[in-house]
Amino acid sequence: MLKKYFPSILACLALAVLFTIVQVGISGGLLSGYWITNIYLMGINIILASSLNLINGFTGEFSLGHAGFMAVGAFTGAIVTANLGLPFPLAIIAGMLAAAIAGVIVGLPTLRLRGDYLAIATLGFGEIVRVVLMNIDYVGGASGMMGIPEVVNWPIIFISVVLSLLLIRNFIGSSHGRACLAVRENDLAAQMMGVNITYYKVLAFVIGAALAGLAGVLYAHYYSIIQPKEFSFMLTFDVLVMVMVGGLGSLTGSVVGAVLLTTASAFLQAIPELRMVLYALLLIVSAVFRPQGLLGEKEITLRTFERWGGVLYAALNRKQTE
Amino acid sequence: MGGIEQILTLDDVHVHYGAIWALKGINLTVGEGEIVSLIGANGAGKSTTLQAISGVVKSSAGKTTFRGEDITKVPAHNIVKKGIAQVPEGRRVFANLSVLENLEMGAYIRRDNKGIKQDMEMVLERFPRLKERISQVAGTLSGGEQQMLAIGRALMTRPKLMLLDEPSMGLAPLLVKEIFSIIQEINQEGTTILLVEQNARMALQISDRAYVLETGRIVLDGPAKELARQEDVKKAYLGG
Repeated sequence: MLKKYFPSILACLALAVLFTIVQVGISGGLLSGYWITNIYLMGINIILASSLNLINGFTGEFSLGHAGFMAVGAFTGAIVTANLGLPFPLAIIAGMLAAAIAGVIVGLPTLRLRGDYLAIATLGFGEIVRVVLMNIDYVGGASGMMGIPEVVNWPIIFISVVLSLLLIRNFIGSSHGRACLAVRENDLAAQMMGVNITYYKVLAFVIGAALAGLAGVLYAHYYSIIQPKEFSFMLTFDVLVMVMVGGLGSLTGSVVGAVLLTTASAFLQAIPELRMVLYALLLIVSAVFRPQGLLGEKEITLRTFERWGGVLYAALNRKQTE
Repeated sequence: MGGIEQILTLDDVHVHYGAIWALKGINLTVGEGEIVSLIGANGAGKSTTLQAISGVVKSSAGKTTFRGEDITKVPAHNIVKKGIAQVPEGRRVFANLSVLENLEMGAYIRRDNKGIKQDMEMVLERFPRLKERISQVAGTLSGGEQQMLAIGRALMTRPKLMLLDEPSMGLAPLLVKEIFSIIQEINQEGTTILLVEQNARMALQISDRAYVLETGRIVLDGPAKELARQEDVKKAYLGG
């Protein structure tokens, strides 16, 4: 009985330790404001990268619209709290819902397209969102929205990241996820096995969009100021690099990619003019030397904990019986 | 065809690809338990006929009936639930998934775990080479093994009718023989077969009946053995 749950307990313990270390670092004043910001950004990037990976890596649809979905979430969330004065949890729900609806609207017609064409269509969507937001006075036009309540803290970021990853992991592990993989591998054959390919393409796209929306809400309620120009193609490109470097089709890879590149970018802040050059170089180097990404399609799963846990459990047991 | 019950009927089926008129009114029947083959040159419409049946391409006119039910408008992903499995041209295995995962995908529409397990054993028994490579990634299999996997995957749907599109394509003669004897075995165990083949000689050898297609029309049909003896068929499709 205990043995069965041991890996899960160990995984929870690891998460709790991680959470506590950062929390102590923040409230104990051990981390500078700069690094706290970057840790929050890391969390937001993990959500962005893993959700883009669900679309691009697991379902094999090459989307470049992530910044657009994030913007939809960010501005919707900001309207809910700053303009309407409603509580933050409602902003999360509204932001995710709006991004998901945008996902359906963009996904239904464009997911019939393949490869390059889908990339172009979703890229266009992202730009449309940005330009439209710039021209709506209600959300501040080009100067964007200010005075968004700064309610995001470490527990909110941490819980959002864990829940997002759990959602994606469980989706991929279910028969729905298997259907998405089959679509990626060969959509014609998937169809012949009874997979409704349009449904699964749109479903993965919508889940990815909703999570990008969540990242947007968190982003808006951390910085308190958002401008349409922040959600440009460069942001999508950043996230794409995280996914590619980590490994297209590996959830763990997305986490590693997001952590690695956010850290790199934090160090490169001193030389901002070289940052994108180094980013591009990194993409080229990783494409040449490790095209499958750092982790390929490998995952750190409960089974990893099982292996470590099994060893630990045996050791503990031995002590007890002695 | 007295005695045999018709399982599949195509009634004046037309298919257009944009401006191209690919099928110009196909009429054909497949009886329960038969092996029926479609032969003809490249571009005659053989594959299109199979794809029209499985719903992958939409027919612009005509009617397809399967076991008494009109399936003309049924979308492709629901056709397999009716009991029609297609082994596509070029195998189309899920290259980055393992052999086991490919076979499990075949059982995607099924929820009867016990039956799935039985069929899995049955498939692995029939294809011992797949059993040896069960956790290997499908893309690393040889062409023949991939064809076996594609057939095994289709068997996992537990079909009443199996559509096979060019199963001999790109395979060595010995393997072609093996694949064809497997098709016969599957048929003897109760699955009806509709076969599309370039290798007309092999196809006619194992078939009960055959249809000859030319530019979207059926130009000849009859018992396979009779067709194989006809001079014009010999000349056009059997190399003299």
